[in-house]
Amino acid sequence: MSLLEITDLTVGFDTEDGHVQAVRGISLTLGEGEILALCGESGCGKSVTAMSVPRLLPPGTTRLSGSVKLDGRELTTLPEREMRQVRGKDVSVVFQEPMTSLNPSFTVGYQITEVLRRHERLSRQAANGRAVELLELVGIPAPRRRMKEYPHQLSGGMRQRVMIAIAVACSPRVLIADEPTTALDVTIQAGVLDVFRDLRDRLGTAVILITHDLGVVADIADRAVVMYAGRAVEQAPVTELFAHPRHPYTLGLMNALPSAAVDGRLAEIPGMVPSPLTDPDECSFQARCPRAQDDCRAARPPLERHAAGHLAACFHPSGDAPHTPNDGEDPPRGGNR
Amino acid sequence: MLWFILRRCGSAVIVLFLASVLIFLGIRALPGDPATVMAGQEASPAVVEAIRHEFGLDKPLPAQYLDYVGQTLSGNFGRSTQDQLPVIDIIAERLPVTLELSALAMLVAVIVGVGAGIAAAVRRGRLADYVATGFGLAGLSVPHFWLGLLGILLFAVTWRILPASGYVPFTEDPAQNLQRMILPAIVLGTGFAAILMRQTRSAMLGALSADYVRTARSKGLSETKVVGAHALRNSLTTVVTVLGLQLGALISGAVVTEQIFVIPGFGKLTVDAVLTRNYPVIQAVVLITVIGYVLVNLLVDIAYAFLNPRIRLSGGTRD
Repeated sequence: MSLLEITDLTVGFDTEDGHVQAVRGISLTLGEGEILALCGESGCGKSVTAMSVPRLLPPGTTRLSGSVKLDGRELTTLPEREMRQVRGKDVSVVFQEPMTSLNPSFTVGYQITEVLRRHERLSRQAANGRAVELLELVGIPAPRRRMKEYPHQLSGGMRQRVMIAIAVACSPRVLIADEPTTALDVTIQAGVLDVFRDLRDRLGTAVILITHDLGVVADIADRAVVMYAGRAVEQAPVTELFAHPRHPYTLGLMNALPSAAVDGRLAEIPGMVPSPLTDPDECSFQARCPRAQDDCRAARPPLERHAAGHLAACFHPSGDAPHTPNDGEDPPRGGNR
Repeated sequence: MLWFILRRCGSAVIVLFLASVLIFLGIRALPGDPATVMAGQEASPAVVEAIRHEFGLDKPLPAQYLDYVGQTLSGNFGRSTQDQLPVIDIIAERLPVTLELSALAMLVAVIVGVGAGIAAAVRRGRLADYVATGFGLAGLSVPHFWLGLLGILLFAVTWRILPASGYVPFTEDPAQNLQRMILPAIVLGTGFAAILMRQTRSAMLGALSADYVRTARSKGLSETKVVGAHALRNSLTTVVTVLGLQLGALISGAVVTEQIFVIPGFGKLTVDAVLTRNYPVIQAVVLITVIGYVLVNLLVDIAYAFLNPRIRLSGGTRD
């Protein structure tokens, strides 16, 4: 049994424009100590899928169905009171916006010890000691001094590390990291990713990494789920995915990577994401797909197995032609590499 | 932090000086003078002149100003031109009455206003929100005198559960005192509560949708902690600002409220003094009001610094 099992999850929101379906039936599993990347462009439902696990979606307007099981325990129907025991303890979250996700009115120390005192019932002193260790763990220099500082005194990278320290304070089983490096300087990104890897190795934390950056996926993830318009279109171990991408959308994303650029120009996927208000019975990607044929417009391709652990939802998947954006041909700029 | 307070105190002194000049010149620019009021319509010019001389009103303005500042600094506000009593005694008698009324009104306003504001924000778009917003609008629109008269009519005349008017010092009989002050305090505090409610509601709505509140929820904290600690702490700056700004309205409201409930307070004293051109009393009353304002604003600034670490830390190190 996997640590986390999401089965046929659908999530929609009631808005003024009508019912918006953000996630249209997704199933995935997460193993102990596994780093799973959820990727896709903005609005594909990757954040909504992940936030359904700790149930951090707006309660009034969210319509959710399907099942989310952590260690076999169903979370979607858990009473709010018990759910609060899960949040921050079994499942915790690192949010995308390090600049605004910390409370400006409380010290860094308070914000870390708060979660320790909530779940571990530590004394003030014990919690303080533990918080200093956590700051060290995420690579913050002079942790004792930082404890007394406020978020505005810290840089973005530091704040994101503090967020991570808060998230891992109670040694969660599952850590959800929502675009943890997007708002950060490129030079700091690698350091933050190292922190995740390190935590997985030391604490065995499983990580759901939400990202639109395939470079990050290649760098750190074990397995990746590519999402498009609320559905998983491809799912595979990362090495397999990069070696043999099956779905044309995955291929499009890879070609949009800077390292895959030809003549110094990034390839883009033409067209736009379909409206989340409607859902015709066809392949969601067909309007933008170079390989689309009549059958793509007549029915929705199911998610099918193409190789061990490799699923893709396409009637006309790529063959075994290897696609390796990261080893080999660099764009012929400069030309002396 | 110490530097921050010292700087604010320095600017407070400058404000006080400018205010004293303004008060001094302002009342002397009014038509009519206290000597004619005191001497009466029929008095001979010689009598009026004698009174002028006695109160130093025949000296040139700069000399009068120096007298006034000198007296004030030594804690002596002169004598009332109306009844010859030392101004300081009159104020010592009237000020506590208004302070009590204002404090009670503020207490009512903070409890009702902030409480209702939080409730409205948390239950946004639901019944509690509509009820609070509705009462807020009503509280803001209803004038003091009407609310006061209605209160007297209902509580004193129809139901006979509270006395209609009058004042008993707290030191004489606390129960009687509170019985007589509760209605005026509610009347004076209602508009204030309404403003506080609206400001608290909007500040809390902003805070509740902030990313750090989502972080607080993701820690598994109870709603009480999420709302009461994380969101409220960041809304308090707004509440404190409104508290400071609305003090002026509280003082002018006290004038009306004291008239309705026949409470011998500061507001009533001010009106009477202006009507009789009682220079020493007006000067003292206005100056004390200004001091009150300056003090409250100083407290608000210091409270800001406590509530908002960004102000505190920059204020402490910049100079």
